Amino acid sequence: MIEIKNLNVSVEENKILNNLSLTVKTGEVHAIMGPNGSGKSTIAHTLAGNPNYIVESGSVNFNNKNLLEMEPTERSLEGLFLAFQYPIEIPGVSNASYLRQILNSHRKHQGLEPIDAAEFLKLLKEKSALLKMPMEMHSRFVNSGFSGGEKKKNEVLQMDLLNPKLIIMDETDSGLDVDALKLTADVVNQMRSEKRSLIIVTHYLRLLEYIKPDYVHIFQNGQIIESGDHTLASRIDKEGYE
Amino acid sequence: MSKVSKDNFKQESYKYGFVTDIESETIPRGLNEDIIKIISAKKNEPEWMLEWRMKAFQRLKSMKVPEWAKVKFKKIDLQSLYYYSAPKGHEDRPKSLDEVDPKLIETYNKLGIPLTEQKMLAGVAVDAVFDSVSVATTFKGKLNEMGIIFCPISEAIQNHPELVKKYLGSVIPITDHFYATLNSAVFTDGSFVYIPKGVKCPMELSTYFRINASETGQFERTLIIADEDSYVSYLEGCTAPMRDENQLHAANVELIALDNAEIKYSTVQNWYPGDEDGKGGIYNFVTKRGLCKGKNSKISWTQIETGSAITWKYPSCILRGDNSIGEFYSVAITNNYQQADTGTKMIHLGKNTKSKIISKGISAGHSTNTYRGLVSFHPKAENATNFTQCDSLLVGDNCKANTIPYTENSSNSSSINHEATTSKISEEQLFYCLQRGLNEEEAQSLIVNGFCKEVLQKLPMEFAVEAQKLVSISLEGSIG
Repeated sequence: MIEIKNLNVSVEENKILNNLSLTVKTGEVHAIMGPNGSGKSTIAHTLAGNPNYIVESGSVNFNNKNLLEMEPTERSLEGLFLAFQYPIEIPGVSNASYLRQILNSHRKHQGLEPIDAAEFLKLLKEKSALLKMPMEMHSRFVNSGFSGGEKKKNEVLQMDLLNPKLIIMDETDSGLDVDALKLTADVVNQMRSEKRSLIIVTHYLRLLEYIKPDYVHIFQNGQIIESGDHTLASRIDKEGYE
Repeated sequence: MSKVSKDNFKQESYKYGFVTDIESETIPRGLNEDIIKIISAKKNEPEWMLEWRMKAFQRLKSMKVPEWAKVKFKKIDLQSLYYYSAPKGHEDRPKSLDEVDPKLIETYNKLGIPLTEQKMLAGVAVDAVFDSVSVATTFKGKLNEMGIIFCPISEAIQNHPELVKKYLGSVIPITDHFYATLNSAVFTDGSFVYIPKGVKCPMELSTYFRINASETGQFERTLIIADEDSYVSYLEGCTAPMRDENQLHAANVELIALDNAEIKYSTVQNWYPGDEDGKGGIYNFVTKRGLCKGKNSKISWTQIETGSAITWKYPSCILRGDNSIGEFYSVAITNNYQQADTGTKMIHLGKNTKSKIISKGISAGHSTNTYRGLVSFHPKAENATNFTQCDSLLVGDNCKANTIPYTENSSNSSSINHEATTSKISEEQLFYCLQRGLNEEEAQSLIVNGFCKEVLQKLPMEFAVEAQKLVSISLEGSIG
């Protein structure tokens, strides 16, 4: 699915990622843990093509394409989804019309007709129910006035709607209460398949207890300092990063 | 956002920039008494109308061009302009569509305004003004049955002189200011609307203004009267060919609302804005004023200003009737080298009068976008209130936005509430939308339409979708 080789990335002239290499095969779930400032979010935003993250050197192969040469839009349309740690507000745009527009953008890329209003409403109801999101939320403006938890659920909803090949979750669990965390994990587990890969960036063990990743990597100073299976996460949770 | 993508977004050329190849009847260049006499004669006007024009012209001689607006342009030589141009064979108003030159019908079809019965927009009556004449008015018969008069103003002057005499110049007097007075002297066509007592106009009335001839000024005059307990929603649209020269459009629009009457006036202004380097485009110097004459009357202005090299207009409300309401909803978009100085005046004279101003200015490229507004409470305007919200959105680093609110308060019991914000389209918002699969143009359009939402939703439904598209097109080529 994705092969990262010797990646060096800087933000505002500070070097954040240090010769990072990581391969995530199709169907695998990888968790990235690490202390604040270790470069966890940087890897997420770099893969999504955020222009503030400057790739100095290295390569990223995404389904046999050079990811670093792709525009952010193309990365999305080709199936890379980043769930934001801090979802962005778009005042004046209803969540429903936004969701329909992004879905139709993906459908167009796949050569499909735009989804009609009735069909979309049905789909939206179905997907929202999984996250216990009231339909009323969709007539509000995108993420505007949403609570922290509602914003995160809205990210998971978009992830579910767009049916991506590679999901990168950037601290989706922070800001979620126990119930919301459980619902999120249920959606993720439902989406887990041999055709899809996940990279879950997190501080905490709790989401990983529900999702059980295949691999856990510990980040420090922009590098992976240790890798293991999901038991590594429990150990870190008990012993800390030191 | 990146160098690669910038090249992908070459500005789409102005869609309405074509010229209709039609023979036209013009009169000599220049501005003098003879020219005014010719215009009046072309329109078969009664003597009183010519006298009125002459009074305005005398007045004009002693007036100066106003220079306070934040706009820059070369002085217009009024003597070099043509003041009248009409497609040949249309100086006498065609009786039916069969008499209208097919080229004109085709022109309006191309502009998306079909005039033939079978293709007309349901629920919208259209008056089509081409240069200095109205070439067709649809649904006239149907409206007549209800006593509604909807016709070119040149026709109203002949057929309804009592109404025209009573109201023309009653809101914008012939002494008003330079461009308004110029209009009073040389106006050619525009629409006249009268809604009788107790009648709610069942369809949108609209006028479509088209400038076609070169070196010709368009001097539109519109007069709308809503009698007691009546309602009307009116919309105007405007386009012009792409030319290197600057063309003058100086319009006067007067609205009068009597007791309990309501007028909703919407504008989608898409005059040719000039090219990417600021060459050419329309000078849109317009005076629009509504008088809430009766108690409980209401006038609301909604404007989407995307075109013109220079836009200079302040649709205003004089709230004379007690409990009357004035509203102004505006989206003004400037790109490349466009300049806009626009806003409103809310003059509170009566008790318990209310006004609301929502202005959204969006500047991109090297453009300048100024909101200028006046809220004035006179001593008798007890308990009057105003709410003003002015938001500016900047796209890129080379554009300017200004907000200039003036207030005058001579009433002790009234209140003004003013809010203003200026923001930049944020990179985070753009990136968020890109990450979800929208391209840069789509993302920008989504964000900007969201910014304008409060105003766009005030437009009649039939036009809201078009306006949204127009907002997106106007900003093309502005990111990167």
